[in-house]
Amino acid sequence: MRTQLFAIAAILGLVFAGIGSAFASGGAKEAPDHEWQHTGVFGTFDRGELQRGFQVFQEVCASCHSLDFIAFRNLVDIGFDAEQIKAIAAEYEVEDGPDDEGEMFMRTAKASDYFPAPFANPQAARASNGGAFPPDLSVIIKARDNGLNYLYALLTGYEEEPPEHFELAEGMSFNHYFAGNQIAMPEPLYEEAVEYADGTEPTLEQLAHDVSVFLAWTAEPELEIRKKTGLKVLIFIAIFTALIYIIKRRVWAKLH
Amino acid sequence: MADTAPESDQARPQGEETRRDFLILAAGAMGTMAAIGVAWPLIETMNPSADVLALSSTEVDISGIELGQTITVKWRGKPVFIRRRTQEEIDAARAVSLDDLSDAESDEARVQKDEWLILVGVCTHLGCIPLGNKIGDPRGDFGGWFCPCHGSHYDTSGRIRVGPAPNNLPVPEYEFLDDTLVRIG
Amino acid sequence: MTTPLHRYRIVQWIDYRLPIFSWTNEHLVEYPAPRNLNYWWNFGSLAGIMLVVQIITGVILAMHYTPHVDYAFNSTEHIMRDVEWGWMMRYLHANGASMFFVVVYIHIFRGFYYGSYKSPREILWWMGVLILFLMMGASFLGYVLPWGQMSFWAATVITNLISAIPWIGETLVQWLWGGFSVDNPTLNRFFSLHYLLPFLLCGVVFIHLWALHHRKSNNPLGIDVKSPKDTIPFSPYYTVKDMVGLGVMFFVLAIFVFYLPNFLGESINYIKADPLVTPPHIVPEWYFLPYYAILRAVPDKLGGVIAMVASIAILFALPWLDTGKVRSARFRPIYKQFFWIFLADCFVLGWVGANPPEGSFILIGRICTIYYFAHFLIILPLIGKFERTKPLPESIHQAVLAKKGGADASGAPPDSSAGSSPGGAQ
Repeated sequence: MRTQLFAIAAILGLVFAGIGSAFASGGAKEAPDHEWQHTGVFGTFDRGELQRGFQVFQEVCASCHSLDFIAFRNLVDIGFDAEQIKAIAAEYEVEDGPDDEGEMFMRTAKASDYFPAPFANPQAARASNGGAFPPDLSVIIKARDNGLNYLYALLTGYEEEPPEHFELAEGMSFNHYFAGNQIAMPEPLYEEAVEYADGTEPTLEQLAHDVSVFLAWTAEPELEIRKKTGLKVLIFIAIFTALIYIIKRRVWAKLH
Repeated sequence: MADTAPESDQARPQGEETRRDFLILAAGAMGTMAAIGVAWPLIETMNPSADVLALSSTEVDISGIELGQTITVKWRGKPVFIRRRTQEEIDAARAVSLDDLSDAESDEARVQKDEWLILVGVCTHLGCIPLGNKIGDPRGDFGGWFCPCHGSHYDTSGRIRVGPAPNNLPVPEYEFLDDTLVRIG
Repeated sequence: MTTPLHRYRIVQWIDYRLPIFSWTNEHLVEYPAPRNLNYWWNFGSLAGIMLVVQIITGVILAMHYTPHVDYAFNSTEHIMRDVEWGWMMRYLHANGASMFFVVVYIHIFRGFYYGSYKSPREILWWMGVLILFLMMGASFLGYVLPWGQMSFWAATVITNLISAIPWIGETLVQWLWGGFSVDNPTLNRFFSLHYLLPFLLCGVVFIHLWALHHRKSNNPLGIDVKSPKDTIPFSPYYTVKDMVGLGVMFFVLAIFVFYLPNFLGESINYIKADPLVTPPHIVPEWYFLPYYAILRAVPDKLGGVIAMVASIAILFALPWLDTGKVRSARFRPIYKQFFWIFLADCFVLGWVGANPPEGSFILIGRICTIYYFAHFLIILPLIGKFERTKPLPESIHQAVLAKKGGADASGAPPDSSAGSSPGGAQ
């Protein structure tokens, strides 16, 4: 019986491995594991990393990528207060209307507005990016297998020159981790691409790390409260079940 | 041996009962906690969501409103009337005796600045939107608003004077951020 | 039937008009259950609880979800971000579906092992198979609703199977789609049907329990209850035991909901559906993988569909395919071995279904599919005819006492008289 249960467990493990394995397709390398503060059972986001990552997003990524599901008011989770958020929003313009003339117009963004997209629609985005579409980044971390490590590896995985015998198509860049090894996005990050407001040294690794953590937050803003609630729930259920089990044993002991 | 055996026989049943009672009590208490812990999120999840709450206040630019003009803005899904009252309208409102009002409120209590009357434009009878904002609209017998559904008349302070409506047009929470900007809600 | 509560006049007044108190007493308190049920008997009640969890979380989600192609994905993110506890309701519902299938599959395999499908429980078993079909329908419809890439393409692949039906297939699939491909009409009606199916499920569950309570539960020994000494009242014994199982199930569910919420899912479902971009690997949720493997094992489109449906429909015939006269695998050593092989076969099929149909996966998938049907159509009928079963105990209470007697004796083996009493008589 026990050996058979073990066999089931072994097969189960195989099945999960089959499902969960990252299919690195077309020669792309599998992303190595990187260190993250928020991925553990007790994980939390580092506000400094989030704010730096936000700065990287604003200054580098936002020129091509939208962030449709994040409103300026959400930035309170990153550590900004209402006044700062209002100021950040005021740097952007959003479309509103129609006005009394029936015309759409642009106005300064408010906290309740969402991040405006850099392009009006996918077609405009493709036209400005050589036919390639820069995907929305709100949930990109969840939309890719092993997304967090993958993104970091991708951002740091470019090569100036492709390896010998590799046919790089026109307008593409070589990347170790992108499926097919060629990616339409030119290397977005490089040392000192951004001057951090908090003075942290903007190495390539730092920039990639911070923006990845920021995007992990945009994908899962509920992460911290989810894990905290989970801990309370698990402990409660464990104690309660143990209690019920003790009662069960006593109730059943009464038989004979 | 013989001395201690009967004693332990006596002690065990009572100890048993207290232990059993404690277990039942503890289980019952935790069960109640669990029930509340499950019910609470189910109830809270029906609360207004974060995006709705974010729109719970709106800022209005009142710089373009002429004397005697009323604009309507949307706030929390309802119309809000912002009227820039003329002196005659203010005086008419002040002249009314509180005894004549079914919902007695002084005009001073309903405005922060005399010139600016800000009301939720929903009739307190059954919820229609009273007329009186556009040029040519009937304003009722008291110069304020007239509700076409069942004939309620409101005065220049938005107070009910004649008709089935029980209360004055409500005054929402608002704050003048400066001379041209008012935040409602 | 009077209950302790009947000392209250109000209880008598109500019960005389609508016997809820007597009924509850008869079916949930005094209800006679075999005294030897093990923890594998918990999974029926666990399945019922998961149905309730899914309905409650589902109704909550439906308050905030918009079933339109332009809003579905966004409304799901709205639930995750803006609705209070929305992320929890969503993750509970998504992982709850998986948990529902886990407990139901264990419940089914309990039935396989202990012969719970045999006479006189054939209709009880049929209701169970019907429940499985409805669950698969409901979960398939539900997966389409977030309108991610996998939602759209799984819907396209599976609904396209209907076009395999000769003559009427094309018309039928367009009728189902409400158009010429999976699009807004499809999403809208899938939402409506997804809301409907769980209530049909409740109806079939009711009949399932009605059939159960008529002939009462099977037990690990597979022998009939012969006297009241064989049974114990359902309450408090099995109510409290069911609560233990419930605690363990919720603990496991909580681990997934709070710490591994997307582990069982597909990452590409976080990409909005794009009818013009097919994902490199289209895979259903884990609980469909074995059937997916069977579907792809047959090289013919219609043949694959028939095999896939037959893999579950064959369960209707199980009470007759298994010719054995003894219920429980405890006394059927040959059958027991084949049970484990069959279980392993299902896991391998699941693993095959998770992988692209290339290379050795094709051969393994075909072998396992053939074996799957051989188990029901060849092996089971033959085993029943030729097996030598172990002798059955006299009665349940004797077997239970014998076990207790064996435990108390100082190292001596269990009372041999109970073990070797002439079996056969059930």
